[in-house]
Amino acid sequence: MLEWLAQAENAKSLGLVIFFVTFCAIVLWVYGSKKRGERLEQHKNIPFLDDEDESKDKFHG
Amino acid sequence: MAATSNPATEQYNFDIVKKFAVMTLVWGVVGMFVGVYIASELAWPFLNFDSPYFSFGRFRPVHTSGVIFGFGGSALFATSYYVVQRTCQTRLFAPGLATFTFWGWQAVIVLAALSYVMGYSQGREYAEMEWPIDLLILFVWVAYMAVFIGTLMKRKQPHIYVANWFYLAFILATALLHVFNNIAIPVGLFTLKSYSLFSGPQDAMTQWWYGHNAVGFFLTAAFLGMMYYFVPKHAGRPVYSYRLSIVHFWALSFMYMWVGTHHLHWTAIPDWTSTLAATFSIMLLLPSWGGMINGIMTLSGAWDKLRTDPVMRFMIVALSFYGMSTFEGPLMSLKDVNALSHYTDWTVGHVHSGALGWVAMISFGSLYHMIPRLWNTQIYSVRLVNLHFWLATIGVLLYITAMWISGIMQGLMWRAFDDFGNLQYSFVESVAAMHPYYAMRAIGGMFFLSGMVLMAYNCAMTIRQGQRAAQAAPAVALASA
Repeated sequence: MLEWLAQAENAKSLGLVIFFVTFCAIVLWVYGSKKRGERLEQHKNIPFLDDEDESKDKFHG
Repeated sequence: MAATSNPATEQYNFDIVKKFAVMTLVWGVVGMFVGVYIASELAWPFLNFDSPYFSFGRFRPVHTSGVIFGFGGSALFATSYYVVQRTCQTRLFAPGLATFTFWGWQAVIVLAALSYVMGYSQGREYAEMEWPIDLLILFVWVAYMAVFIGTLMKRKQPHIYVANWFYLAFILATALLHVFNNIAIPVGLFTLKSYSLFSGPQDAMTQWWYGHNAVGFFLTAAFLGMMYYFVPKHAGRPVYSYRLSIVHFWALSFMYMWVGTHHLHWTAIPDWTSTLAATFSIMLLLPSWGGMINGIMTLSGAWDKLRTDPVMRFMIVALSFYGMSTFEGPLMSLKDVNALSHYTDWTVGHVHSGALGWVAMISFGSLYHMIPRLWNTQIYSVRLVNLHFWLATIGVLLYITAMWISGIMQGLMWRAFDDFGNLQYSFVESVAAMHPYYAMRAIGGMFFLSGMVLMAYNCAMTIRQGQRAAQAAPAVALASA
């Protein structure tokens, strides 16, 4: 098995398959479930969570 | 304008962020000045003064290191330390180590610039530093990684916001790239000279694996981290799609590592590596544009901000240049297009549409947002920000237009044959034809530099205003007690 992996042409193809499958799994994970999607979208508010002290706009005053 | 107690400045470690923010401005002015100088040397060669210390060859890496590592690097240290604290709602881990990253990084830039002017260079693009400076970079980078990961680990917010993913990918990838690109054997312990462990095509491929991923992870992923925090924050609305940002991150991370060899089309490298690099370059268009659309659409429903807010304009124009240069890049990676564009000024124009249009513009926007908050004040002059925006935009457009014309003309002149099959133009004829565009490029650079100087002045006045208000606040409190 190790000998087979040590050959560049085998390792390259295997690497491509692993990366491609992983990427497809990530896309499926992200878009596959509506409930999970809603949960993920909630994280977009993180930059605003420490905003109480910054109610005034520092740029325009 | 009055300074009020700002819990954010007390809750977080902003000292280190302030230091890096100030040095971003300093290196921006210095690095861009050297850039304008070397562009002027090409248009008006007397500026070389027949001295090796003023020559293009020695100043060019001073410019690239000054703007990429000095300006860009300091901007990334500043914003990553700011963003990771605010999105994790915790103070920076190991403040002593963070201070070491500041002094260490500044030492790297100064030593690198001095060594280039003295004629020391290992001749690897964007990695010209000789081995002792490479070792210093390594120590600084490990410290940076420890501070960043340590802060993530003590976060109070359970989820790691996507901007931090981009910053982390940049830190990890840069460590990997730096180590493998700089594996070299020093000639002696007390000499700066060393020889690369790799040779021939392997050395070239290692260099461009480093070179393009420096673009991919240092100049793209990291600044996307900046974009994913500062665009929503300044627009006052969350990013358009968080799920798209996740796919953007993974697609970019998977694909970038494969494309470096497109810098070596039509050379001694194996043909399949060229094809592989071109294929992945084309595929990269999808995540790049996905990210650009995600950033621009964040403003959906608030487009009026573009009319009134020059900082927002900087950010959106930066994203537009990101989209444009990530379209141009895959186009130039096609072997047939590359046969015309390679070794010409088109490449220089492409790099600058990314570096000035995307990297510098998103940094300007982020710094204009961040600096008043760091010093708990307001920006000194919005009119100067607006003027800076127009100077920068005109500067980039002049620059890239000049290089498009000059580059395509160069490529066409080099490949033109007469009826007898001889080359139609001598090399010097192509140089003479490029002269007006070299002058135009230098003028474009002058516009951009003027904007940078205005920004440094505006920010210096903002900082002074913040410091004065902070000093006056206790006195006012005492008087009213």
